[in-house]
Amino acid sequence: MNIKDLPEDENYFTPGHTACAGCAAPIIVRNMMKIFGKDTIVYTPANCLLVFGGTYPYLSWKVPYLHEAFENTGSCIAGVSRAYKKKGKKVTVVGFAGDGGTYDIGIQALSGAAERNEDAIYVCYDNEAYMNTGIQRSGSTPYGASTTTTPAGKKIPGKLEHKKDMAEIMRAHQIPYVATMSIAHPKDFLEKTKKAKETEGFRYLHVLSPCPTGWRADPAKTVELARKAVDCGMWTLYEAEYGEITNIYKPKKKIPVEEYIRGQGRFRHFTPEMVEELQRWVDEKWERLYGEKP
Amino acid sequence: MGKTGTWRVFRPVIDKEKCIKCWFCWVYCPDAAIARKEYPEVDYDYCKGCGICANECPVNAIEMRREEK
Repeated sequence: MNIKDLPEDENYFTPGHTACAGCAAPIIVRNMMKIFGKDTIVYTPANCLLVFGGTYPYLSWKVPYLHEAFENTGSCIAGVSRAYKKKGKKVTVVGFAGDGGTYDIGIQALSGAAERNEDAIYVCYDNEAYMNTGIQRSGSTPYGASTTTTPAGKKIPGKLEHKKDMAEIMRAHQIPYVATMSIAHPKDFLEKTKKAKETEGFRYLHVLSPCPTGWRADPAKTVELARKAVDCGMWTLYEAEYGEITNIYKPKKKIPVEEYIRGQGRFRHFTPEMVEELQRWVDEKWERLYGEKP
Repeated sequence: MGKTGTWRVFRPVIDKEKCIKCWFCWVYCPDAAIARKEYPEVDYDYCKGCGICANECPVNAIEMRREEK
């Protein structure tokens, strides 16, 4: 599927939303919705998308839309999907959660829904911290990143732990479809979205969503950062069906992680040792996923 | 209300002679402010001026010009 195959004027997530300039979340949501189509029910827990997508009396969604508590994404999409099935209607049920609502707060409901193999799509747009409430660290925040709860200074050099690999946790659930995606690879992005729509059962899509505000980066570089994250190995694109990786993208040329972290204020305080530590983690992940040394 | 174009500091201007109609700007625009007409057309009512389109344009056909009062 090419970008030219996308419907031209069908916008189920319309302009006028109040996301920060250069936010990647509306790019993700808008393009996904073009493929999911009008027979879609959208759920969002507490996250940026909930706030910028619709604060009373304004709404950017052109499809039925509901929101509930932070931790409930898994159970709510399961409930909506079952209700429509009972009524005999065929719809796509999608939950858009952030990384906080997936990695930390929503993992229990998500794991339950995955284990029951509910017929719904769960999308995690991962901006690597609780951006909505003012950039607090989450399970997704990478090593060394400075956030408001892990401020880099004399006491600590940013976050001390590495990023949790959520897509791998979901893969271990052996659900019908798990995919990691990037906005910088639109063809791959659209094909995976289409495949998710056509698959039955529980589907988990994980997209890296650069956040100019929280990453303290230039808004114009959003897509560029997403591309560099894939090229350096911080973010790996793959598809997995029932726990088996069926398709994995390998960058033609692996760039050093330093090239990715440059230009991001959250990594500004990095010493050469810290870069080395992050590179070590990336190389380990690379070896685990590709089965060979970088 | 909702006209987020008022946030803009830099305005994207598309050079139609350079444009190769790859539509990357159209896909990457977070605000759906670029329309797929004969050439890409920017809706300045909603464009926040983030500059992603100009940064991603493979032929540098989009220039970010400072807004004048």
